[in-house]
Amino acid sequence: MAAASDIVSPPRSALPPRRHPFIAGLLRLVREKPLGAIGLAIVLVFLICGIFADVIAPYGINQISPVNRLKPPSARFWFGTDHLGRDMFSRILFGAQLSVIIGLSAASLATVISLTLGIVSGYFGGKIDMLLQRLVDAWMSFPELIILIVVVSVVGPGMVQVIFILGLTFGIGGSRIIRGAVVSTRENMYIHATQSMGASTLRVLLAHILPNIMAPVLVLFSTRVGAVILVESGLSFLGFGVPPPAPTWGGMLSGSGRTYMYMAPWLALAPGLCLTLVVYGINVLGDALRDLLDPRMRGSR
Amino acid sequence: MPLLSVKGLTTTFRTDRGVLTAVDGVSFDLEAGETLAIVGESGSGKSVTALSLMRLIAQPAGRIAAGEILFEGQDLLKLPEPEMQAVRGNRIAMIFQEPMTSLNPSLTLGVQVGEPQVLHRGATWDKAIARAGDLLDRVRLPDARARVNAYPHQFSGGQRQRAMIAMALACQPKLIIADEPTTALDVTVQAQILALLKELAREQGTALILITHDLGIVARYADRVAVMYGGRIVETAAARDLYRTPQHPYTAGLLACIPRLDQVTGRRLIPIEGQPPDLARMPPGCAFRPRCPRASAACDAARPALAEVAPGHWKACFRDAA
Repeated sequence: MAAASDIVSPPRSALPPRRHPFIAGLLRLVREKPLGAIGLAIVLVFLICGIFADVIAPYGINQISPVNRLKPPSARFWFGTDHLGRDMFSRILFGAQLSVIIGLSAASLATVISLTLGIVSGYFGGKIDMLLQRLVDAWMSFPELIILIVVVSVVGPGMVQVIFILGLTFGIGGSRIIRGAVVSTRENMYIHATQSMGASTLRVLLAHILPNIMAPVLVLFSTRVGAVILVESGLSFLGFGVPPPAPTWGGMLSGSGRTYMYMAPWLALAPGLCLTLVVYGINVLGDALRDLLDPRMRGSR
Repeated sequence: MPLLSVKGLTTTFRTDRGVLTAVDGVSFDLEAGETLAIVGESGSGKSVTALSLMRLIAQPAGRIAAGEILFEGQDLLKLPEPEMQAVRGNRIAMIFQEPMTSLNPSLTLGVQVGEPQVLHRGATWDKAIARAGDLLDRVRLPDARARVNAYPHQFSGGQRQRAMIAMALACQPKLIIADEPTTALDVTVQAQILALLKELAREQGTALILITHDLGIVARYADRVAVMYGGRIVETAAARDLYRTPQHPYTAGLLACIPRLDQVTGRRLIPIEGQPPDLARMPPGCAFRPRCPRASAACDAARPALAEVAPGHWKACFRDAA
């Protein structure tokens, strides 16, 4: 019997050894899915902006300058300034940081929850499936925004609460998709074949079913990152998100962005366009990854 | 002591229309190195018999309701699941029909053929994959060692079935169960695959259970044949005897609808009229009664039991052979 760590690991040597697999994959992405490569570039730019916001930002996030209030974009203030004279470019950068943290962690949490629920429900079926799916039904019958607002009202606003609630909500909803994929994969002859080779249930699940449902998992994850960033912005817009003066994009849209929409449209345009661009980039990248990681799409002889 | 001794194996499935008995009291023995063919139509219970031997019946709908499966003197039905996992792929291996779908599309061939080694022999993945190359070479997959890192879709149906055979052979099992190993393949490839399977089994002294609906193919490769109908074995004999003197009207019917090259041209094939029985609504008498050309009143009353009509030749029929 293999050690527990062996259960998941398909051997490294399974990959063609010529070039470093990461570089090879990147080249294929650019060559076969140029749109996906653009998505990757967008995501990378925002990641770098988020991670190095402290270094890149020319001004502090809450550094006010009453003389430079509501200045349009210029060489000095790339995205203009808001009603307190804060530099929008700096605030967008730190907003990227918050969005990246919230988006990635909530989407990861959601994916883990979806996978656990979906695999257990889909593979074991029967009464377990019945019970779990009715619980999922019950949870999904509440609009997620309502659940969020209730929880935030009770425990108070904050990033951790938002991540946790969004992860849970999206995770439970997404388990449906995973369950469907598992149910159809489970019935494949090769799963029986693996069982007939003496593989344990855990091994069948992790080494044989999981790789075959990676396509929906990836798409789920990438759309979730976008959705989480959007919902977080919506929450901030409603005043239930990460509280100000934290520079979330949603907060910027709803705060100064809405108030000065006609006088200073850049206040709404900058965070709005960033939001659009990131969500687009992530979705395009997820789509491209799904296609590339499917071995059936790799060149046949 | 036979290698495998199946006694009164009964497998049932719960369905919307009630409980159906897919395998109904099947018994047979298999000696080490022997090849047994189980022949029957779709729904005759032959595949369920195979899956029951491996204890791979889909639960909770399916259930092995009764019987014993003595393998090397050990009742497989009494083994706890982890011990059964140590038997599967190690001491008993299985080859499935449909080679196009029996390999996992997202894992390389080397990983899949090497997996039994890792599971049962504690081999490292590197060693297992190297050995997978050797095994694939043994089943005469062209350019095998260079192609262990290729994915199943890069191989043809026949090549995939060779890979399945390599997987089954990986741990040198005592018994290989091949469930319609050639149904999805070209006729020319069918013979190659069966010959290969038979040859490798002989080299290793592996017993073979060959499940098929094609009596014609079985003739050359099986030592013994068991014909199944409606979940039961209706006739079993040495392959040669069964072909020369079929005793059960169903077997005779099956043989009459195989085209043969060694017979006068112009002979018409004779189909067996009617449909296989509905397992959920079995008639009280002989299951073959509605389609049988030689049925009599006795056939309505009870299902006939297997009885020896000649040495080593058993049939389940009230009527004398024609």
